[in-house]
Amino acid sequence: MNPAIDLSNSLPLARPELLLVAFALVGAVLGAWFKDRIFVALSTLGIVAILGAGLLAIAWSPGASIEIFQGALVVDSVGAFAKVLIALAAGATLALGTDSFTITKEQRFEFPVLIALATLGMFVMVSAQDLISLYVGVELQSLAAYVLAAWRRDDARSSEAGLKYFVLSAISSGLLLFGSSFVYGFTGSIRFDAIAAAVGEGAGGIGLIFGLVLMLCALGFKMSAAPFHMWTPDVYEGAPTPITAFFAAAPKVAAVVLMARLLYEPFAGMAPQWQQVVAALAAISMVWGSVAALVQTNLKRLMAYSSIGNMGFALMGLASGTDQGPSSALIYLALYLPSTIGMFALILAMRRDGEPAETIADLNGLAKRRPWMAALFTMLLFSVAGIPPFAGFMGKLAVFTATMDGGLYWLAILGGIAAVLAAAYYLRLLASIWFAAPAPELQSPSGTVMVTALASAALTFPVLVLLLGSLQAAAENAVRMSF
Amino acid sequence: MSEFVAGWPILSIVTFLPAAGALLILLARVSARGENVGYDNGVKLLTLLITLTTLVASLFAFAAFDPSNADYQLQEIIPWAFGASYAMGVDTLAMSLVMLTTFLTPICILASWSIEKQVSSYMVLFLILETLMIGVFCAQDIILFYVFFEAGLIPMFILIGVWGGERRVYAAFKFFLYTLLGSLLMLVAIIFMIATAGTSNIPALTEYAQTTGFEQNVQIWLWLAFFASFAVKMPMWPVHTWLPDAHVEAPTAASVVLAAILLKMGGYGFLRFSLPMFPDASHFFTPFVFALSVIAIVWASLVAFRQLDMKKLIAYSSVAHMGFVTMGIFAGNEQGIQGAIFQMLSHGIISGALFLCVGVVYDRMHTREIAYYGGLVNRMPVYAAIFLLFTMGNVGLPGTSGFPGEILTMVGAFQVNAWVAAGAALGVIFSAAYALTLYRKVALGTIENPKLDKITDLDAREWVQFIPLIIATLIMGFAPSLVFDFTSNSAATIISQFAGATP
Repeated sequence: MNPAIDLSNSLPLARPELLLVAFALVGAVLGAWFKDRIFVALSTLGIVAILGAGLLAIAWSPGASIEIFQGALVVDSVGAFAKVLIALAAGATLALGTDSFTITKEQRFEFPVLIALATLGMFVMVSAQDLISLYVGVELQSLAAYVLAAWRRDDARSSEAGLKYFVLSAISSGLLLFGSSFVYGFTGSIRFDAIAAAVGEGAGGIGLIFGLVLMLCALGFKMSAAPFHMWTPDVYEGAPTPITAFFAAAPKVAAVVLMARLLYEPFAGMAPQWQQVVAALAAISMVWGSVAALVQTNLKRLMAYSSIGNMGFALMGLASGTDQGPSSALIYLALYLPSTIGMFALILAMRRDGEPAETIADLNGLAKRRPWMAALFTMLLFSVAGIPPFAGFMGKLAVFTATMDGGLYWLAILGGIAAVLAAAYYLRLLASIWFAAPAPELQSPSGTVMVTALASAALTFPVLVLLLGSLQAAAENAVRMSF
Repeated sequence: MSEFVAGWPILSIVTFLPAAGALLILLARVSARGENVGYDNGVKLLTLLITLTTLVASLFAFAAFDPSNADYQLQEIIPWAFGASYAMGVDTLAMSLVMLTTFLTPICILASWSIEKQVSSYMVLFLILETLMIGVFCAQDIILFYVFFEAGLIPMFILIGVWGGERRVYAAFKFFLYTLLGSLLMLVAIIFMIATAGTSNIPALTEYAQTTGFEQNVQIWLWLAFFASFAVKMPMWPVHTWLPDAHVEAPTAASVVLAAILLKMGGYGFLRFSLPMFPDASHFFTPFVFALSVIAIVWASLVAFRQLDMKKLIAYSSVAHMGFVTMGIFAGNEQGIQGAIFQMLSHGIISGALFLCVGVVYDRMHTREIAYYGGLVNRMPVYAAIFLLFTMGNVGLPGTSGFPGEILTMVGAFQVNAWVAAGAALGVIFSAAYALTLYRKVALGTIENPKLDKITDLDAREWVQFIPLIIATLIMGFAPSLVFDFTSNSAATIISQFAGATP
């Protein structure tokens, strides 16, 4: 196709991405001009832009998959589903961060710009259709994330977090490129459809498997699946809490959807080979995430291990190799996001001397001090622990069902045991909240965090659970139309 | 009366009335300026009113229910996700357990009058617990059943952990994690069954299991997974160790609910799932269950004899009595199953009443140590009389509701295996030994402890909480056929489903 015509056809379909680009560029210029005075206004604009991008993604979601920019990206319903989740998560965490940085007087205009750029990277990740756009998306998201992790330049822990994240992530990016070069070398193409065709004809052999495994390792690093999770606790602990909240939510969706696309589009024909790898990643993440979390005393480290364990459950769905696999992972993520964001909102709400809660002991006696916050926290914790009737249980049910359908009974049973271990450390938090003697009084929480927490808790129970049928239909429909 | 509720989702109303009440209390808490004694009493009264309304609603359901019909009745069904649906319905077995729940909860609220800290939260959790307990018995979809079954852990965890005794945190964790592990294995089995049978509706699953049937070796695994959950819930020896801890540390009313209703979920599960859906595996495992039951009966009775704590003694006695239930269920004949259902209902009332008896003296003296008491009959004659009645019920004296269940489960087991019945009979003797010893040490003799000089007899509230239990114990003791006639339909269905197996 003529490149000019392709470009003019592609641009309208890339509206969500263009909106984010426009905001990031305009925001950077405005920020350079007006400095940090416009922090709140720019952040508000950023929230509008990010949510608007999510809205555009769903509003112009085409019936069938359409390739744009000469096959570099694809606009399809899985992408739209993921973009809505990413936009909601990024928008919510941007709101939380704006609120928090206003309290701690760290109002720097780069914050909304970096979040928007990271979101743009995630949008590219979930619609990547060849190896180049895959890499560009991952790197765009990661680069913004390194800067965010080192947000407190003067703080040793934050700088350390940023540097550690950057160095380790660079290694994984190297692995990703190395793996991609193998895939290119053995299939002769960087395009997903051409790779799929080559795989279908039996191309590659051991070299292609080598490339695929390297790519899976790199993506495992990006989504912090064990055994590639080592950076996660340190980065989560070192970064300021609102930034940690951002890391724990949206990028997870992008990485899981990207992995789903990679496994179920170009490498669908190699399912028996990658199934073992993904199942192993899932098993190690679930078990290690749960076991290591048991001994944490720092809230953010605990949340890091919690996210590792949860990625294990999402991967468990992907490991099934059936059509249900990606849709169960999507459902799991959609139900996991509100719990995580809500918990971070509550952590940000619990401030003493301006700083949010850091250790589990800071939660002590919350039920006596602030029964409402305790009630919200309880709902969110039981949800993420997968106890019915909360949304997290339905997510677990979805991935367990997919795993059993895929015949991986051992993985399902292991998942059950890991869920009990995970419940044990969530119960430790609950024991602090409900059973312990009260810690010193908290500052009054701001409106933004409470609204976010309340909305998340509402999503974990009445709304999402009752509308679960529609969510399930949307996820399954998206997967059917796209893969 | 049945016309009156026709067209109403009466089971949903009964199930969710307490939850709606909990919401009401929460809203009241928002508008209130803060808790004080007057406010707390108002909340207690409101909760009592809500539970009584639920009792009335369940009576309407009872009236609309036709006990001569063996099918599931009062059905409601709304599609949901994952092929599951919100399906409610009861047969006579479920209906009798629903009635037990709605009957006991108002009494538990009365027994909670001495709660002083965080009253609103306590009452809200209790009401949510009632909703979930009723839901377990009404659910007709296996996923919905699991949701109710598992969600019940949440309020119980917080009730034990906040309002319990000294080692409450340990007990709450042990309770939660023990039961969760059992349940998750069951969940894996449930997902497998749904995938195989293509439905999550309990009657349809039973139908599938009875006609097509799960393969025998698959049945073994499914049975074991369900057993892991129900045996812990029951609790059966050797996975009973959470029970004494949870009972001892829980507040009185939570102990009552735990013993009277939550333990029945295990027996209900065996009757609803294990026997009808995996009949071959149930036959295969019958000797195994018999062995565990007899060990539980004999061993728990002996352990009970050695206890120094009143609640712990009654908790071990519960383990022993649940041994009779599992023995009767897996005997698989009419006497055994009817006896087991009867024993579940009777144990609900008697063990609940015994925990209330402990609660009465605990409220006054704040200790449950047996050695602390003695000679209570001198200061509390009415209490001593009531305590005697329920002790006798626990021993299985004819004329109380404890007798028919015990004797029938033994008759049922005798027909299958005489040795099992002989072992269980040994347990009956031991139960007399520990129960009467407890009674002698606490109530008889002279008052040795000077602190007991000022102890007072029952007040009006405590009278009210015991009277319905006394009446129920005596009615079920003298006219057991009222219950047997009611549950005979379900029992007959389960027996035929179990007998259809190829042993």
